[in-house]
Amino acid sequence: MEHDFYTLQDFMTYTKGVVYILLPLILIGFVGFWRFLSAQDREE
Amino acid sequence: MSHDAAHKPIMSPFVIVTGILLVIGLFITVMRFTGGLAATTNLSDYNPWGIWIGFDLLVGVALAAGGYVTSAAVYIFGMKRYHSAVRPAILTGFLGYALVVFALHYDVGQPWRLPYPFIMQSGTTSLLFEVGACVALYLTVLFIEFTPAPLEWLGFKKARNLVVKLTMVLTIFGVVLSTLHQSSLGALYLIAPSKLHPLWYSGYLPVFFFVSSVVAGLSMVIFEGSLSFRYFKDKMDEAHMRDKEDVAFGFAKAASFVLAGYFAIKVIGIAVDNNWAYLATGYGAWFLVELLGFVALPAFLYAVAVRDRSMTLVKYTAGWTVLGIVVNRLNVSLIAFNWHLPASERYFPHWMEIGISLFIVTIGVIAFRFIVTRMPILYEHPDYEAH
Repeated sequence: MEHDFYTLQDFMTYTKGVVYILLPLILIGFVGFWRFLSAQDREE
Repeated sequence: MSHDAAHKPIMSPFVIVTGILLVIGLFITVMRFTGGLAATTNLSDYNPWGIWIGFDLLVGVALAAGGYVTSAAVYIFGMKRYHSAVRPAILTGFLGYALVVFALHYDVGQPWRLPYPFIMQSGTTSLLFEVGACVALYLTVLFIEFTPAPLEWLGFKKARNLVVKLTMVLTIFGVVLSTLHQSSLGALYLIAPSKLHPLWYSGYLPVFFFVSSVVAGLSMVIFEGSLSFRYFKDKMDEAHMRDKEDVAFGFAKAASFVLAGYFAIKVIGIAVDNNWAYLATGYGAWFLVELLGFVALPAFLYAVAVRDRSMTLVKYTAGWTVLGIVVNRLNVSLIAFNWHLPASERYFPHWMEIGISLFIVTIGVIAFRFIVTRMPILYEHPDYEAH
């Protein structure tokens, strides 16, 4: 993941890009985790 | 004294161990207040904050978060089924904060100046001022929230009923103050970007501290509840015994989800600062131990425990999570702090510092035991209605 940045713009574009990829994955992961966590409640 | 208590041997292992720790603690106390910080600590200009801040204060405040978490759940969010957990949580919180302030008297070079921020200072923009003000106010709030138990014990019915009427106001005040200072304790480290390792330093430090304090509070309620059940079972009434598992599973479920959220924002913290490369270093390995071993693992274990209705797994996971909070606070304040300094300049606590920390924990355990065995903490007083 080593990456050379020459401007703040470069850095922000790169890191924001990574965060924008991570966030949908996290949100989908939360839904899955909540379903896993609440399986007992649904059975009851 | 009950009939059983009269037949208990005076020299139990508990009495011997706590007695030794108290004697050592009193000896170090004399050394500290006659010889000063230099005689009892390894603190220096490089490392002005040692374990009396890293453990006694940061860990103490985080683990005392059960008070605001539980009272908010019960009184603000209306989860009355957790009501039996409120008094033990408030007591733990009150003792925790009282001991934090007590510990500060050892750490602050001239402890009689502790009230100075309130009477002479150059402004209110200091984070340390905010932490000081919040801790002082919240300790007062916790004291008032705790008073119904001693007032019921002493039979002061009118005063007790008056304090009970303040419950909602105190709860809201407690949540506001806790949100402020739990996060500000993390924000204190924002001033040291060149000293704290990049994996732990983040603009989100206040958020990390606040979210992890919720986890600490939930886990401490479960952990302390299981210890109370083991050692003070005879003090619990039917309602507490009946609700015990409901509280543990409910809090475990909440802790699991909050831990998952905490894991996510920690990963985002790495991404925002592009710190991925540090993960391949020695500090990175330790960071991964904390992130995967003390955040992701307990989130998963809590979830499994809730699904399988396993009380044993909930209890062990709560203990593990509490240990994780200790590891996190020590990482930020000591282990990853001044990481660039040569080993000769790094801080390791003096044995007397460790002695005082143990002394303070011992006082907490003794005070908790004294109160729980006398006051209506684990049972409802028959003469009063639950509030």
